[in-house]
Amino acid sequence: MGSLAVAATFSILVTTTIIVVLARETIGFFEFPEVSLGEFFFSLEWNPLLGAEKHFGIWPLVAGTLLVTVIAASFALPVGLISAVYLSEYASPRVRATLKPALEILAGIPTVVYGFFALTVITPMLGKISPSFGAYNAMSAGLATGIMILPIVCSLSEDALRAVPRSLRDAAFALGGTRFDVSVKVVVPAALSGVVAAFLLALSRAIGETMIVALAAGGIAQITANPAAEVQTMTAYMVQIFLGDAPATGVEYKSSYAVAAMLFVLTFGLTMVGRWVLRRFREEYD
Amino acid sequence: MSSAPPPSNGTSGVSGRTDGGPVPLASSAPYRSVARRVFVNRAFLWACLITTNIAVVVLAVLLISIFWQGWDTLSWKFITSFASRKPADAGILAPLMGSLWVCTICGLVALPLGIGTAIYLEEFSKRSRFTRIVQTNIMNLAGVPSIVYGILGLTAFARMFGAFGTNVDDAIAVGNGEGLLYLRLPFGSSVLAGGLTLMLVILPVVIISTQEALRAVPSSLRAGALALGATPWQTVWGITLPAAIPGIMTGAILSMSRAIGESAPLLVLGGLLLVFNTPTNLMSDFAILPLQIYNWAGRPQDAFHAIAASAIIVQLGVLFLFNGIAVLIRQKLQKPLQ
Repeated sequence: MGSLAVAATFSILVTTTIIVVLARETIGFFEFPEVSLGEFFFSLEWNPLLGAEKHFGIWPLVAGTLLVTVIAASFALPVGLISAVYLSEYASPRVRATLKPALEILAGIPTVVYGFFALTVITPMLGKISPSFGAYNAMSAGLATGIMILPIVCSLSEDALRAVPRSLRDAAFALGGTRFDVSVKVVVPAALSGVVAAFLLALSRAIGETMIVALAAGGIAQITANPAAEVQTMTAYMVQIFLGDAPATGVEYKSSYAVAAMLFVLTFGLTMVGRWVLRRFREEYD
Repeated sequence: MSSAPPPSNGTSGVSGRTDGGPVPLASSAPYRSVARRVFVNRAFLWACLITTNIAVVVLAVLLISIFWQGWDTLSWKFITSFASRKPADAGILAPLMGSLWVCTICGLVALPLGIGTAIYLEEFSKRSRFTRIVQTNIMNLAGVPSIVYGILGLTAFARMFGAFGTNVDDAIAVGNGEGLLYLRLPFGSSVLAGGLTLMLVILPVVIISTQEALRAVPSSLRAGALALGATPWQTVWGITLPAAIPGIMTGAILSMSRAIGESAPLLVLGGLLLVFNTPTNLMSDFAILPLQIYNWAGRPQDAFHAIAASAIIVQLGVLFLFNGIAVLIRQKLQKPLQ
């Protein structure tokens, strides 16, 4: 029993160590003379590796991450929610038996495979649609990330929808609702906290996704809303640094820890908001 | 809370309950005619069918495109040779064995640790402040991007916080560098450091899936054992764990399949290593299959894309094997307990 309590404490140790390591190295980064907190948060330029003058403004990386995440979300959230409504409210057991395994397989595919898919299938397809899409673009990486988070959105939303008690559906049917009325106007609102939590979890996955963007999004850190443009995300920058583009003691190398800290804060914040939404807006039907 | 599945009336567009023609209430607005609502219902069903099939279509396109690109270059020689600068001679033996070593180490540490934590949280702990903090913390850890775990692994395992110097040559070594029982501190980017780093990534997944398996065991079983005079330990070992084993094993296998596909943390740990031998001890350098795929996929030449696709076929084969075993366990071992 004592040893089990020690095992449980280990997870606390992990979190503490993550925070300590990121904080220590980030402070180390800000101690370099060429860096300042003001520049990090208010400069709109990020070019630590090339050029005579180095700039460390985090926003281009955040903007790249957001662009990819928004593209992924605008594909995965509607498709995932509608699929969840269909699986939970409409589908026969036979249809479920074919759709669920497909989603489970999608969920199990390694992200590097999605990156390869983006690079060799999605990007050439986009190039056929419009020549403005180059070899690397945010759209391709965003769509692949959307495919990656689709099973998360779908299965978590479906769990939330199925947890709505049957009595609510029966009551709505008894009032003369069609299946559409029942599922969209009764069941989805009743499960809204769970659905929103699923969305937030999926978004935090998209923000932290690494291999897809490292392969397909490109390497130019810039603030843009153009999905055909090449962008660099926070994770892609970290990959670039850890692949050995910078000496391990330099300011460029240390900057990856500051980026990691920013990423950690963003995703941790989203997880917290998701848990808060679940707690605060949960509808109790017992 | 009742979580009974909703009634399924097949895929018929209109529910049986509306076929009788519900009479609109007098107070309802005039535009909500029955015909219109039945039409909306039918249209929505079609929208649902199309949307839901997007996942199936995407999966089909993905698998077909990968087999199309990689089937021709997949051969036994490809699986049993080492890396090469020439795509025609390159193989995946080193990354395949590296993945195997790293995942074995990862499983040996993560499974006992994760299952132990879950048993403690579900079976022994009082609902104390400590338990609540641990529980929240595990949920939060599950949302941390895997690349951040890579940074933790790099600092904690590969460099050991710089406690043994920063130069690998200064490392404290025990045993012969060629032998099986070779250890050195810090670990550097070795299979041991890699396995431990992956352990951090999948630990929350193992804990959460084990907790779900334990929760699914009806409390009447525990109450029965305790009423017969069993100690809490005897109840857990003799009753709860055996009943939860299929669920725990399914969760464990799915976590391992997550571990075998995970690449970002190990990229942070060791970069892209070209390794020309299989690991011989815990301190060996290693390559892993997903990173080898990343390496080849990132090159511009089509020949490298082809062998990347071949490596993906092998990777997916291993994954489907894992998932198949999980499904088999779920079907064979799971007995209804209620």
